[in-house]
Amino acid sequence: MAMTASDRARKNRALQKFIAKRYQRRKIVNGLAYLAIGIATLTALVPLFSVSEFILRKGLPGLNWDFFTGLPQPVGEPGSGMANSIVGTAILVLLGSLIGLPWGIAIGIYLAEYGRGRAAGIVRFSVDMLSSVPSIIVGLFVYTAIVVPMKQFSAFSGGVALGILMIPTIARSSEELLKLVPQHIREAGLALGLPRWKVVLQIVLRGSMSGIITAVILAIARVAGETAPLLFTAFNNRFWHDGLGQPISSLPVQIYTYAISPYDEWHRQAWAAALVLVVFVFAVNLGARTIFRNKTKGSHV
Amino acid sequence: MGQTETVSIRVPSKLKRKSSARDRHGPDRFFSWLVWVPGVMLVLLLLAIAAFLFWNARETIQHFGFSFLTGTDWDPVQQNFGALPAVFGTVVSSLIGISIAAPLSIGVALFLTEVASGRLGRIVGFLVEMLAAVPSVVYGIWGIFVLAPWLREKIQPALHGAFGFLPFFAKPFYGVGMFCAGVVLAIMIIPTIASIAREVFAVVPRGQREAALALGATKWEMMRLSVLKASKGGLAGAMILGLGRALGETMAVAMVIGNRLEISASIFSPSATMSSVIANEYAEAADRLHMAALVELGLILFFVTFVINAIARFFVMSSSKRRWS
Repeated sequence: MAMTASDRARKNRALQKFIAKRYQRRKIVNGLAYLAIGIATLTALVPLFSVSEFILRKGLPGLNWDFFTGLPQPVGEPGSGMANSIVGTAILVLLGSLIGLPWGIAIGIYLAEYGRGRAAGIVRFSVDMLSSVPSIIVGLFVYTAIVVPMKQFSAFSGGVALGILMIPTIARSSEELLKLVPQHIREAGLALGLPRWKVVLQIVLRGSMSGIITAVILAIARVAGETAPLLFTAFNNRFWHDGLGQPISSLPVQIYTYAISPYDEWHRQAWAAALVLVVFVFAVNLGARTIFRNKTKGSHV
Repeated sequence: MGQTETVSIRVPSKLKRKSSARDRHGPDRFFSWLVWVPGVMLVLLLLAIAAFLFWNARETIQHFGFSFLTGTDWDPVQQNFGALPAVFGTVVSSLIGISIAAPLSIGVALFLTEVASGRLGRIVGFLVEMLAAVPSVVYGIWGIFVLAPWLREKIQPALHGAFGFLPFFAKPFYGVGMFCAGVVLAIMIIPTIASIAREVFAVVPRGQREAALALGATKWEMMRLSVLKASKGGLAGAMILGLGRALGETMAVAMVIGNRLEISASIFSPSATMSSVIANEYAEAADRLHMAALVELGLILFFVTFVINAIARFFVMSSSKRRWS
């Protein structure tokens, strides 16, 4: 029953045809999968373009000199602006940085240079958990811990809330950046007889300074847009703030207040403020990342 | 015996002298203490958040007990607080968000790791990160004035036309509501899920991809067999983490969900979430019981997100070497 040559050839051809047909189908599936991945990526980016388009279209007309120099006025009165909110946001972010930067960087140093064993594990876990606490909960905590005892909404409490929100971001990125510094550089410093704290501060930390500055700037850009934790800490203020113990206005809270109001004029101003906020955030991100990419390669924040 | 004793004493004393020389660097000890204290304080801060919320919620906890979670009536005037409608709104809008975001963000992550390398990938990666950088309140104002009207005019009638026989897509269409909140949440958590998925994919060894390709797999078959299959656990963690983000998100949701404390089958109907109730009512919470009820909502939210993130952390850490962000 030996197979004849023609038999074998026929079988071979049938098999090849089968494989070719199957391959055709697999190629089509492959193409469809690529298409799906492309569509998913585009769909995910559509909101970004839509948000950018609308804040430009609706925000630009509201941007004028008064917006940057005036105080909020009742509906219908001219010269309304958000100067106090812009300054307020700057003050709140500054207060937050005073708390968040040293605290966050110190934890980063601890985890990268000294962090071994169970204690470091607990600290690391806490950093992760704090970063996942919703920002409104941090606001609520500061409200119960500072605002209620002081019986007063205040810029100070708003700064504390923003500071707490900055800690996990800064701690984690400074830990990662410090760990990138090769071990032999530390050893070289120690071999020269430098005490460990000098090695950490003047060699390791200094070497990763540009990365840490980038991380700090990005963290600042992030908390500058926070609204929820400020609602019941810094509250809002129609006038210039009156010291850090008093309520203070901020750009995000002002956007929220105006956006949910029934007045078209306030909506226009809310869009203008949103434009200012988004331009600030995007510019900071773009700037920090370009500088960062040139300075240190192979890591991400 | 005596000899060995002198030796055993002499050697440690030498060592001791050395180490005491190092100990004379008091600043070294001080410095390690200086960076240790903030770490401990952070742990205490986390505990303090739980403690303060618990203490300030004690009145409603005592007053309503477990019925706070099961009660459907939230009426500050009658001093009656049942959080079930808010819990329902939170869960439903987050689930809508995650079911929209999950396929999209896996697509984005595949695009960035497997399809587009080089320039295009870098640009898309940056744009996705910008999606995360847009402040919540900006998504809120966009949601009110752009997304909600569009959903009301186009999407909701279309969904009603196709699946109107189900109670989930019932009229009337307001635009704002759980569905709109879910869409906004999806937009906001896509970058989170995508970036973790990217890290999880990056852990899959290169050899595993090449092995699939060498066996004649197409690129999609390679992604399915060597990348996606190996990343199941990590992807589950990414989803749970996204869910945690969605549950706690406040401003954008508060602006587009319609703020009505009712339980309704239709996903188009207005609702409220735990965080949106806190954001909306804190200003009116004049009496202690109302404030305590809001704080208890916050306490529940705190514990739920804590547990969810601890679970997600476990999933992601077991399938990626790096710590997740």
